[in-house]
Amino acid sequence: MTDVNLIEHHFSTKNSECIFDVRLNPFRVELRSSRRELLRLVSCGFFTSSMLWTTGCAIRNSAITSIRINGSDTMVNLAQGWAERYHRVEPMVEIQVLGAGSGVGIADLADGKCDLATSSRPMKEKEFHAVVEKTKCKPVGYIVGYDAMAMYVHPGNPVKSLSLEQLAEIYGDRPQLTKWSQLTVPNCKVPPKHDEIIPIARQNSSGTYSYFHDTVIGKKRDYRLGTVDANGSKDVVAIVSHTPSAIGYSGMGYKTDAVDWLSLSVKTGGPAFSPTLENARSGKYPITRPLIIYSRGTANIDSPEGKFLHWIYSNEGQELVTQLGYVPVEQQELIQHAFA
Amino acid sequence: MRLPESDIQPPRSARKRWAMDLGESSIEMLIRLCGWSSILFVLMIFFFVFREAFPLIGNSEFSFKEFFTSINWRPTSEIRETYGVLAMIVGTLSVTGLSMLFAVPLGLGAAVFLSEFCTGHVKETLKIVIELLAAIPSVVWGFIGYMVVGPLVVEWTDAAIGVNLLTSSILLALMSVPVIVSVGEDSLKAVPDSFREASVALGANRWETIYKVLFPAAKNGLLAAVLLGVGRAIGETMAVLMATGHSTRIPHSLVDPIRTLTATIASEMGEVSRGSTHYQVLFLIGVLLFAMTFLVNLIADLVVRGIRKNG
Repeated sequence: MTDVNLIEHHFSTKNSECIFDVRLNPFRVELRSSRRELLRLVSCGFFTSSMLWTTGCAIRNSAITSIRINGSDTMVNLAQGWAERYHRVEPMVEIQVLGAGSGVGIADLADGKCDLATSSRPMKEKEFHAVVEKTKCKPVGYIVGYDAMAMYVHPGNPVKSLSLEQLAEIYGDRPQLTKWSQLTVPNCKVPPKHDEIIPIARQNSSGTYSYFHDTVIGKKRDYRLGTVDANGSKDVVAIVSHTPSAIGYSGMGYKTDAVDWLSLSVKTGGPAFSPTLENARSGKYPITRPLIIYSRGTANIDSPEGKFLHWIYSNEGQELVTQLGYVPVEQQELIQHAFA
Repeated sequence: MRLPESDIQPPRSARKRWAMDLGESSIEMLIRLCGWSSILFVLMIFFFVFREAFPLIGNSEFSFKEFFTSINWRPTSEIRETYGVLAMIVGTLSVTGLSMLFAVPLGLGAAVFLSEFCTGHVKETLKIVIELLAAIPSVVWGFIGYMVVGPLVVEWTDAAIGVNLLTSSILLALMSVPVIVSVGEDSLKAVPDSFREASVALGANRWETIYKVLFPAAKNGLLAAVLLGVGRAIGETMAVLMATGHSTRIPHSLVDPIRTLTATIASEMGEVSRGSTHYQVLFLIGVLLFAMTFLVNLIADLVVRGIRKNG
C-alpha cells in the first residue's frame, strides 16, 4: 500500500460532526467471570448480583466492539470474508454481516440499524437525502473494488455474445427479442421447447437490479413484465444452470462450471469482451460497476469502522477481492455523487 | 399420639377448599384471558394492517381500478409507478387451486386409510412420519422445489423452466397434506362405532360404509381439514417465493412461472421506505389476503350450516 499517508490524512481530518453508534455485544463476557457471577448470584441474592451486573458491564465496555454491516447481496461473501480475516487481526472487533440488498442496507444506514452499508450501486438522490435527514450527516461511499456484471447462459446455448442494445431488447418493456431463434447463427436449430428466451432478473430492492436497469435498459424505459425475479446472486446462477433457455445477470464472482459467460459489445457487431479480470480492469468490458461501502460521514481513522475500512485497502484486504473473482483497487477512492 | 380423625378434618378441608376455589377461579380467569386475547390479537392485526393501507384512499398516485384490473406491477419505475396486482391474484388463486387438486384426494385418502384400515405399528409409524412431514421448514421445501422437483418437471413435461406453477403446486400440496390428514383422521375417528356397525349390519361393504355413512357423518370435520389446507397454501410465503419463479404474468399453461401476493410482500417489504405509496400498497395486499381468507372461512361456514339444516 503506497498511499497510506494520504488515506490516513483523509480519514483523520474533516470528521467529527458525526458520532458513531458503536454497539456493544451484550452476550460476550469472559466465560470464567460469568460463571463466577452466576455462583454469587445464586448465593448472595439480588443485591449482590445487581452490584456484579454493573461490574460486568464495566468489563464488557473495555472488551468487544461490534460493527454491523448490511446491504448488497453481491458483496455478502466479500464482506463476510473481510469480517473473518479482520477478526483474526483485531480479535476485539466483531463484525456482523448481512446481505439483504443494497437498498435495504442504505435504508438501515439511515435508520441506524447498521454501521456500514455495502452497496453494488451508487446511492440514489432520494436515499442520499434520507440519510442526511435522519442522521444529520452526509453518507460517504468508499469504492473497495470493482465487479464486472456478467451475463450468464446455459452451456448448451449456441449464442456466445450479445450487444448491450440486444440485451435492452430482451429485458426492456415491450421487448423485440423474445426468441433465441431471432439471435442464433444460421444452421443452428433451437428446439421449440427452449426457443423462448427466459430473462432472469432480481428482486427490485437489489443493487444489481437497479444498476442493470440504469446502464443497460436505460432510464427512459422500464423492465419488461414477466422476468423471473431471483432473490439472490447465487439463485440467478442456479436457475440458469438448470434452464437451457434462460439468460441472467449476476456478479462475475458467482461463475460455476454449470454456466457460461456471454461476451458483450456496446454496439451490435462491435468487438465483444468476456467479463475477465483484465477486461474489467482495462474498462473494455462494458458493464463494470463499483463495489461501495457507505458510512455515515467520513469514517474517523480512530473509530472501529475507520480502522476496518483502512484495513480493507491494505494488501491483505484487497487480496480477498481478487480471490473472490472481483477487481481490486489500487488506492482509496470515494464515489462522487452528482447531486451531493 | 392418637387423634380422632373427624376432629381435625373439617378445618383443614375448609382451608383446602378455600385455596382450591382461589386456584380454580384464577385458572378460570387465565383461560378466559387466553380466549379473549386471541380475539384481541386478531383485532389489533386488523387495525394495524388497515391503518397502514388506509391513506391510499385519496392518494392521487394510486387508483383502485388499476390495482385490481392491471397486471402492471412496477413499484420502483422511474417513469411512472404502477401498482396492478391482477397477475398476483391470478397467481395465488391458481397455485392454491392446483395444489388442492393434488392435496385433497391424497390427504383424505390417507386419513381414511389411517382411521379405517390401519392398525398397530403401521398406524403409529405412519402418524409419526406424517407429523415429521409437517415439521419440515418451508425454506427447505423451497430448496427441494428448485433443486429436485423443478428439474424433474422440466424433464417430464413441456416446461422450459423448473420454477413454475406446477412445481410450486406440488410443493404446496405436500406441505398441506399433513394438515389435511391429521384433522381429517380426527374427524373420522370421532364418528361413533355404532354407525359403522349399523352400516355393516345392513349389508354395506367397507367402501359403501366409508362413502355413504362416514363421509356424510364427518362432513364438517373433513371440510375443516380441507379449509385448513387451503389456508396453509394461500398463506405460504417462503416456499412459493423460491419455487414459483416470481414472475409477474398471467399463466397460460400449467408450467408457466407465476408470482403470488405473499411472495411479493415478503420480497419487497424490507426495502420500501415507511409511509411511501409502495409501502401502503404492500399493506393493501395484506388487506386483500385478509379478505380472501375471510371469504374462504365465510363460505365454509355457510356450507357447513347448509349441511346442518338439510341433514
